[in-house]
Amino acid sequence: MKTRESSTGSILVLGYGNPGRQDDGLGPAFAESLGSLGCPGVTIDSNYQLNVEDAVSVARHDRVLFVDACRQGEAPFVMGGVAPVRQIAFTTHAVSPCAVLALCEDCFGVRPEAWVLGIRGYEFGVAEGLTRRARGNLEKALEFAGELIGQWKEQEHGDGQSA
Amino acid sequence: MATAATGEGRKIVINPVTRVEGHGKVTIRLDEAGRVECARFHIIEFRGFERFVQGRLFWEVPVMVQRLCGICPISHLLAASKAMDVVVGADRLTPTAEKMRRLMHYGQIFQSHALHFFHLASPDLLFGFDAPVEKRNVIGVIREHPETARKAVLMRKYGQEVIQATAGKKIHGTGSIPGGVNKNLSLEERDRLVEDVDTMTEWALEGLQLCKGIIRSDPERLLAFGTFESIYVSIVRDDGCLDLYDGKLRAKDANGGIIFDKVAPDDYAEYIRESVRPWSYMKFPYIKSLGNEEGWYRVGPLARMNNCDFIDTPLAERERQEFMALGDGKPVHATMAYHWARMIELLHAVEKIKELLNDPDLQGANLTTSGERRGRGVAWIEAPRGTLFHHYEVDANDQVTLANLIVSTTSNNEAMNRSVRSIAEQHLEGKEISEGLLNHIEVGIRAYDPCLSCATHALGTMRLQAQLVDHCGNLIAEGWRE
Repeated sequence: MKTRESSTGSILVLGYGNPGRQDDGLGPAFAESLGSLGCPGVTIDSNYQLNVEDAVSVARHDRVLFVDACRQGEAPFVMGGVAPVRQIAFTTHAVSPCAVLALCEDCFGVRPEAWVLGIRGYEFGVAEGLTRRARGNLEKALEFAGELIGQWKEQEHGDGQSA
Repeated sequence: MATAATGEGRKIVINPVTRVEGHGKVTIRLDEAGRVECARFHIIEFRGFERFVQGRLFWEVPVMVQRLCGICPISHLLAASKAMDVVVGADRLTPTAEKMRRLMHYGQIFQSHALHFFHLASPDLLFGFDAPVEKRNVIGVIREHPETARKAVLMRKYGQEVIQATAGKKIHGTGSIPGGVNKNLSLEERDRLVEDVDTMTEWALEGLQLCKGIIRSDPERLLAFGTFESIYVSIVRDDGCLDLYDGKLRAKDANGGIIFDKVAPDDYAEYIRESVRPWSYMKFPYIKSLGNEEGWYRVGPLARMNNCDFIDTPLAERERQEFMALGDGKPVHATMAYHWARMIELLHAVEKIKELLNDPDLQGANLTTSGERRGRGVAWIEAPRGTLFHHYEVDANDQVTLANLIVSTTSNNEAMNRSVRSIAEQHLEGKEISEGLLNHIEVGIRAYDPCLSCATHALGTMRLQAQLVDHCGNLIAEGWRE
């Protein structure tokens, strides 16, 4: 079976969370906002949660940025590198970024560089819409990610020229 | 069996925690003599969604309900759409709309069942319930059966592609709307899906053979594990055929006798009631005529195999006949047979996907219909885990005034309690939370593929936490597992 993406590039941004749970929707909101800014060469995707098939998309990219809501920690966001970890939950259909990377490595033999961007959220009740403070954090995270993606592209361009 | 909290026995508490607050736990209560008295699998979170929907415009609801759960949003989208079909008077959808929705649904069944079997259940079956947890997981499967694991990821991916082609997008899919759909399947989308459908059928058959082979290799142990007789509830087509998208409600007793049949959605409250218990936010549905104590039932793949008279796709029907021979003329009650039944449905789903992809109605342009406006809409669908009920009342201003949902995991609530009790009776030793006990409880609950996200309307991963409490409430042992 072939794998396909609607658009491809060396960078994948995957925002996930549930917009029906207030600030848990920060990940999809990030993906939507980044997409509306226009990012040629960057694959942007979002879903309620990560699933095993995301390993197929991840395997097709060199760099991956997972974007999730963060319930604790510093505002406006935290970011850290993430590595494959072979883990399994008790019973669920959702998986973690580490597990997606492990599946990617074990099933498809590739290990892209990956980071998790955790945007601080505050309210996670059954309601739509981000809180005011979460929206502020989202804007700062978008600004940061825009610069980061720009640097990644410059590096790729440099690598391409020297190759 | 008593499942209520009585006496002052010791308690073992097993507590899976979700990402967003809500969590469920298993409590095993022991009597004074240290024997298992009762078991509970319960959720500690308020179910607030029905109230959240009140006041919303009815045409927004199919999109909103997808946010109930990131695990099976399509089931909620379709159940709500079907209920709102009733509200807008769309008693008979256009062929294009009906078939687009069915294709979407079979895509959801395919991806959900593939994931559950290969990534959650197969480690238990391939390595044995007593295997160390470090090995008895999908990573162990990848190491020892790498091609099986890779195929499972790609099967899941295929199901998601079917969903994306029919629902439009992953979050807030709008493909299904009150009265029909808002898109058909383009020839390009069709051709892309046709390209891989035979491979998917081949892999589904391989998975089914794997599951069947494991169970047949040790039937005495596997078919007896956590097993008990029960009633089964599911929808079936008017002619008795398995139909996961639409039909009438049927209930069979433990001997296969019909309790009720051909019940229309609008009459569900005459046959199914829900009770509440003080120790859980999960509701306990039961068959009204049998009462709260005797009327509990099981739903899901096992119930659907037991209840239908035949399957209208050849490969799955052949497998159904072999499966039903296990019961020797009666329903199959083995809890682990859920896995086998699930794999027959996986095969059926991909057979239906292929059938639909070859149907030119999917390229039709007549997408919606409507009729006499009504103030009440009730509908159901067979979600991957079992029958899902959606009931709405809508006022003259198009606002929802009442919503009631019965989700599949809730219907299996009592059955999971009984499975845990049966397992605990066999594997609880002394005052320790042994690895063996945790392993077996995990396996027993996993057979039902419970979705706490759905049942509680929270989202996320779960840990298994265990506490042993003496008859005075003192914690004497604790353990947990990711």
